[in-house]
This record gives sequence, structure tokens and C-alpha cells, in this order.
Amino acid sequence: MQMLTDRSKVVSDKKMTFMERIYIPAIVKGMFITLKHFFGKKTTISYPEQKREFSKVYRGQHVLKRDDIGRERCTACGLCAVACPAEAITMIAAERKPGEENLYREEKYAAVYEINMLRCIFCGDCEDACPKEAIFLTDRIVASQYKRKPFIYGKDMLVEPLDPSKRIDISARQTENVNKFKLEKRFAHNK
Amino acid sequence: MPLLKVTIDTIEVEVEAGTTIMNAARQIGGSVVPPAMCYYSKLEGSGGKCRTCLVKVSRSSSKDIRPLPKLVAACRTAVQDGMVVQNTTSPEVMESRQAITEFLLLNHPLDCPVCDQAGECHLQDLSYEHGLEDTNTVEERRTFEPVDIGDYIKLHMNRCILCYRCVMVADQLTDKRVHGVLGRGDHSEIGTHISKAIDNDFSGNMIDVCPVGALTDKTFRFKSRVWFTKPLDAHRECPTCSGKTAIWMKGSEILRVTGRKDKYGELEEYICNDCRFHHKDASDWIIEGPRAIERHSVISQNHYEKLKTPGTTEPEF
Repeated sequence: MQMLTDRSKVVSDKKMTFMERIYIPAIVKGMFITLKHFFGKKTTISYPEQKREFSKVYRGQHVLKRDDIGRERCTACGLCAVACPAEAITMIAAERKPGEENLYREEKYAAVYEINMLRCIFCGDCEDACPKEAIFLTDRIVASQYKRKPFIYGKDMLVEPLDPSKRIDISARQTENVNKFKLEKRFAHNK
Repeated sequence: MPLLKVTIDTIEVEVEAGTTIMNAARQIGGSVVPPAMCYYSKLEGSGGKCRTCLVKVSRSSSKDIRPLPKLVAACRTAVQDGMVVQNTTSPEVMESRQAITEFLLLNHPLDCPVCDQAGECHLQDLSYEHGLEDTNTVEERRTFEPVDIGDYIKLHMNRCILCYRCVMVADQLTDKRVHGVLGRGDHSEIGTHISKAIDNDFSGNMIDVCPVGALTDKTFRFKSRVWFTKPLDAHRECPTCSGKTAIWMKGSEILRVTGRKDKYGELEEYICNDCRFHHKDASDWIIEGPRAIERHSVISQNHYEKLKTPGTTEPEF
């Protein structure tokens, strides 16, 4: 039969020599390989104390951004939910009432916004679909839980804090196009 | 009366005398049909305002083989025997359509994420197909103070493109129209003059004929995006109208009731306000079956049959 590769070895059951039969040279050879790795470069790190450097565009836990004056950017347009391949995002919209202009940027906002982190595959499609620069994936890791329920992240977990010093920096994710979009007035969203 | 032979985008069709280019193209169907923002075949006198249906007539008739000097509005121009019309095959037409789209969007706000019409908006479809990626203008868009025109209909004058369809539907469906276009030029706006509420039994049809999100259903306002709802054909015994409607459901809840629209976005039958606004219980309706939605429509992207609200994405244990 013709072989597909040339890596096959002919197997033989010829009798082992005395040196092969006492196995000691083979054990010593194996131990030498093991000992050699004691002095080589380690490939693991001790995780909680040491942390690996993340990619600038690492796709971890989502954040719902606020704008410069602290209003929520999300307007519950549903494009993230329809783009989501895992169907992890659900929301309920509500109308902004007079007096809430400092809370929400547009006349419609997300009263409930939930991401099921068990369903989420962190593909970043929601971020791409968002027309309002509201949802971003960040380099934060979704914490492990004992139960399933706490993995459903509501607005309390997703919206970034109002305090400017505690805002979540996503500037590394904002491409040149995005920044241009924000700076140029003619691209500005309707007021 | 012999039939007239017209060629639209190299496809020949025979139509009766007096047919417009638009209707001749609709007899062929498909991509040769020019888009229409103001023309509505069920409304007499509609059309000729938005100019999106401009087409090139490269041969006026079999007797006069000269082309027409300018692009003509397909909805207002009657066909001649031997006429040769170019729609998508003419670069001139496509260029003008792009310009018209830009004009229509001059004052139209970019609030599709907020607008309830998004997903079934004709202007959205038009600008998706023919619009520019960004705008050439730096001027502020025209804005109006919000006006309350009644309990059921929400008017967003900023979004209006002044197609006059809602005015015509009120004229031709009811005996007394209470709203109209006030002001002139840039100040034209839909209004009820002496803040009179629109309370006619058939006023809800204004919502369906509106090509944009200027007139929307207050009972559906911000309830759901269109593509998360499931459209079904349904009917009920109604003393005032035919009762044949499309209901838009989310789970077992009826979020919205509209008339049934054909492939050009025109109502098959007008329905009354009672059917539209007051019957949101599934037991009120006899469901005929799912509505056929075009495969490329965002509404058919809906894969949320089972997920109703937040909190239902994870089963209880």
C-alpha cells in the first residue's frame, strides 16, 4: 500500500539487548530531559499576583458609556440585540420625562438593559452595531459565580459610574474614524 | 382602445392609455419600479412632490423619437406608444436620485435609533440604497416645537418630508379634514391650526400612509423595535371597517395593529381607529397566519420568538 506520508516507521519485534532490558539508561535519559526544564524559562505565571498584558482591543466585560456630561448614551435602539449572534442582549425602552435631560441623552432610553454573560460569546458585534457609541467591550474579565442568575448583568453592572474619575477608559478601542466622527460637527448626532 | 407598448429598462410591457410610467413599471415589477416617497396609488392626486421617481425618457413615442429634454416624474407622466424609459439603466437617473435623497435628508433628523418607524421606513430604505455616506451641509436642521395633535397619533414634525399623503388621506377618507400643511417654504408644517385634536374614526390611517416616522402610533411608542415583533394577518368582526389587519406581536402580547401593506408599502384596506388602537388583546382577533415579510427586510431578522423580555434569557432552576 502506498503511504500518504513518509513519516511511517516499520515496527519490528526483535529481541531487546541487555542494556535495553535493564531500562536504566532510558530512565536516566528521561530524567535528564525533565531536569533540564527546571532551569529553563517558565511558561506559566502565578495569576492573581501577576497579570499578563492584555491586548488593547481585548474583548471582555461590556460597558454602557455615558457622555461628557454624564448622560447615558444608550437609546435602546435594539441594534446590538439584533446583531447579537448569541441572543444575549434584551432591553426595554422608555420615554424620557421632562426633567430627566441630564440623565439620558435622547428622548428614548433603556429602562432595562440586560446582557446574559453565559450566552455572550464576546464577539464584539454589539459594539460594531451601536450607532450611539454607547456599548463597548473592555479589558475587564467577567467574574466567576456560583449560580447562573448573577451572570445576567443589568444596568447596575453595565453602565459606567457617574464619577468622572471612575469612568471606564475605552480610548484604545476608538479608532481614528470614531474620533473623527465625534469631533466633526457635521457627523454629530441629532440633538 | 389599443394597448400602448412601453419599454422600461429594456423590458417591454403593454398598458392601457393614460397609465403613468410608474404604474407601467409596477406591472413589470422588480427593480425597474422607481421608488416613491409621495406617490400613493390609492390616493387621488398624490405624487409629483418628492421627485424620487424621476426617470429618463430616451424616446418620447413611436412618432416622435426625440428624448424628453429633462428627467420626468414617473408617477405623473403618462406613457405614449413606443416610449422608451430608462430607470436603473441610466447613470443620469441614478445620480439625480442620489441628489434627491440628499435633499430629502437635508432637514430629516438622524434619529433612526429613536424613531419607531425604523425598519419599515421608506426614507431609510431610499437613503440606504441611494444616499451618501455623509452629508455635504454644515447647517443646522430645521426644527419645530412639538405639537400635540391627539391621543393616538404622535406628530414629529422634524421628520416630515411634506409628501402630503396624510392630508390627502384625510380629504379622501373623511368628510371633514382638521389638519393640513401650515406655513410656506421652509416653515411649512403639519398642524391642526387651532390646536384641535384629530379624532376622526379613520384618522389612524395617517400613520400607515406616512412614509417616514413623522406620524407614529402613540400606543406603540417606544414599546419595541419593529424587528422584535412578529407580524401576523388577523381579522375581526368590525362594524365600521373591514376588520382585516396586520397585528404585530411580541410573545402573546399584541403591541401594534396596522393595516395590511402591499410590497410598495401601500395599504390594501383602510382600517378604523377602534381596530387599530383599542383591540390589543389576542382574544379579539382571529389570526390567519404569519405575514410574508421580504427576506431582505430587517423585520425578518427577528429570531426572538421565544425571548420576550429581559430576565427570560436564562431559564429558572
